[in-house]
Amino acid sequence: MMGTPLIEAKNVSRRFSRKLDYAEKIARAFGANLSEKTVHAVDEVNLAVHSGEVVGLVGESGCGKSTLGRVMAGIMPASGGEVRWKGRELAGLKGPDKRQARLAAQMIFQDPMSTLNPRKRVIDIIGEAPLVHGLVTRPALRDYVADLAQRVGLDPSYLDRYPHQFSGGQRQRIGIARALAVKPELIVCDESVAALDVSIQAQILNLFMDLRKEFGLTYLFISHDLGVVKHICDRVVVMYLGRIVETGTPDELFSNPKHPYTRALIRELPSISDRRRDFTPVKGEIPSPLHPPSGCHFHPRCPHAFARCQQERPLLQETGPGQASACHLNDEPSPAARTGTFSTVS
Amino acid sequence: MTQPVLEVTNLSTHFPTRRGVIKAVDEVSFTVGQREIVGLVGESGSGKSITGFSVLGLVDPPGRVVSGSIRFQGEELTQLPQKAMRAIRGKRIAMIFQDPMMTLNPVLSIGTQMVEAVLAHDRVSRTEARNRARDALGMVGIPSPEERLDAYPHQFSGGMRQRVAIAIALLHRPDLIIADEPTTALDVTIQSQILYEIKRLAQEFSMALVWISHDLGVVAALADRVLVMYAGRIVEAGPVEDVLSQPAHPYTLGLMQAIPSAVPRGEPLRPIPGMAPSPLARPSGCSFRDRCQRATEICSAEPRLDILADREWRCFHPNEGRAA
Repeated sequence: MMGTPLIEAKNVSRRFSRKLDYAEKIARAFGANLSEKTVHAVDEVNLAVHSGEVVGLVGESGCGKSTLGRVMAGIMPASGGEVRWKGRELAGLKGPDKRQARLAAQMIFQDPMSTLNPRKRVIDIIGEAPLVHGLVTRPALRDYVADLAQRVGLDPSYLDRYPHQFSGGQRQRIGIARALAVKPELIVCDESVAALDVSIQAQILNLFMDLRKEFGLTYLFISHDLGVVKHICDRVVVMYLGRIVETGTPDELFSNPKHPYTRALIRELPSISDRRRDFTPVKGEIPSPLHPPSGCHFHPRCPHAFARCQQERPLLQETGPGQASACHLNDEPSPAARTGTFSTVS
Repeated sequence: MTQPVLEVTNLSTHFPTRRGVIKAVDEVSFTVGQREIVGLVGESGSGKSITGFSVLGLVDPPGRVVSGSIRFQGEELTQLPQKAMRAIRGKRIAMIFQDPMMTLNPVLSIGTQMVEAVLAHDRVSRTEARNRARDALGMVGIPSPEERLDAYPHQFSGGMRQRVAIAIALLHRPDLIIADEPTTALDVTIQSQILYEIKRLAQEFSMALVWISHDLGVVAALADRVLVMYAGRIVEAGPVEDVLSQPAHPYTLGLMQAIPSAVPRGEPLRPIPGMAPSPLARPSGCSFRDRCQRATEICSAEPRLDILADREWRCFHPNEGRAA
């Protein structure tokens, strides 16, 4: 692909572990079989985002998509692997380089109410960071913030109001203006339109696309909503229990998904154009990330699983131009299992 | 047609506030036939949940049903004393909420809660009640129901908790279930499983279902008929296929066009302009007229309900029969 990626995750892992408490340590000293519980939220993931791209990161709850987003936005350190910003390792940057790289990646969250300080006025919420980082002087602050507010569709005369005086969609616009205020290159959107009504959601998505053109932004767009991701992304990455299972362009991925999990996700997406009277859900629950299944994490729910899937982790391999999936079926000599109709289970 | 299970006529539920009266539900009429699945669609604040709560007599004061009639199997519910309403609620009409933690008590085991729910309406032995609870859990697809009766709500995943809530709703084989966004908080694959179970169970027990949702996709997949609410009113109603293929009301059309799949990939989406009006400051006449591209002067008058065969709408400029 083209040149050095803007940001690249190389074998990035993020583990969360709970330390044993005092009583458990004593119990262990007496021979109880206790060990620290570790969740592999992100498990050796490789992901490159090129400048100007919109990459969608999809998956169900607990798949690690938000954690990966946070690691890439630089607000959470990786426990393994490295994140490279324009080819340089993020963790190794120092001084002004570090500050610049951190400012250049900003995040927009799902619930603006929990990310906007309720005691601050909008002008201070948006204006604090550029002021602190010397991007704007105090006398020029109001004009600077008013200009940003205008661009994201907020009435600049409301700058002295508090977050609770705005509707959900407007609050999301405040969050967007805050992210833009430090002139970022990459924006990580974590479920940024999930809590909005469909019409407001469309307004915000349009705003994201307009801002992309206007500021030449790159997006990592995290969402559980395949419809949204399909619409706005240049590339889609599907995660399941901490690992990437498939990646491809929306056209390829949605019309010809290779991984059984992607297929299940796409098939079960309710849609108004495709009225089905019957459901053929994939079996089973999403397993706990505390005890992920061996081998391919999807094998207990997969209708095509065979012996190898229980033992060996499938690696991401190219299945077509720009498309890759992590599934042992890719190595099967007969394509029957892949192209055949998806057997149904309930 | 046989007698409908639920017949709501001119229902209004108002909330008096210091700044004026909020007409959360404003002259709403609809029926739910036997074994029928009705989808009630609208954005936040449209009054769809309050409509459901009103039917069950669960509107919190100061809000109250100020006028209209709710007839359930021919019986008027609005005038019913609390005690009589309690005998119906949970027995003949059940409700499922978005957040099952709202239904479930976190400090009691699932079994204790379900036995309590059985004994609230039926005089049976505890053993018998426990057996019924176990069977209900099995019915909604919870593995090893006998052991799971002793588990507590936090030991279940979100999808499983919602199954428990559905099992509780099914305990008395109600004739009507009102489900308020029951799959909104769930993942796609789990949502699909729940929709599948609900559909199967509704058929098996010949239950009628009112499915409240903001997601037209879910309603399209599940419901026989759809009601579209905007600003406290039902603005369009009809069979799902007809409404979604040829929406009469511009709001219904707007909702459908705002969905990302409605436009080619990468093109700007088509949101409905503006925002839903504050419930305290709704425009006179048609409350959608400020956001409507078809609006003309006539829209400042109250649009009446037009009925054509099995479809109805409240609009002066419906898209009669023409595709969008």
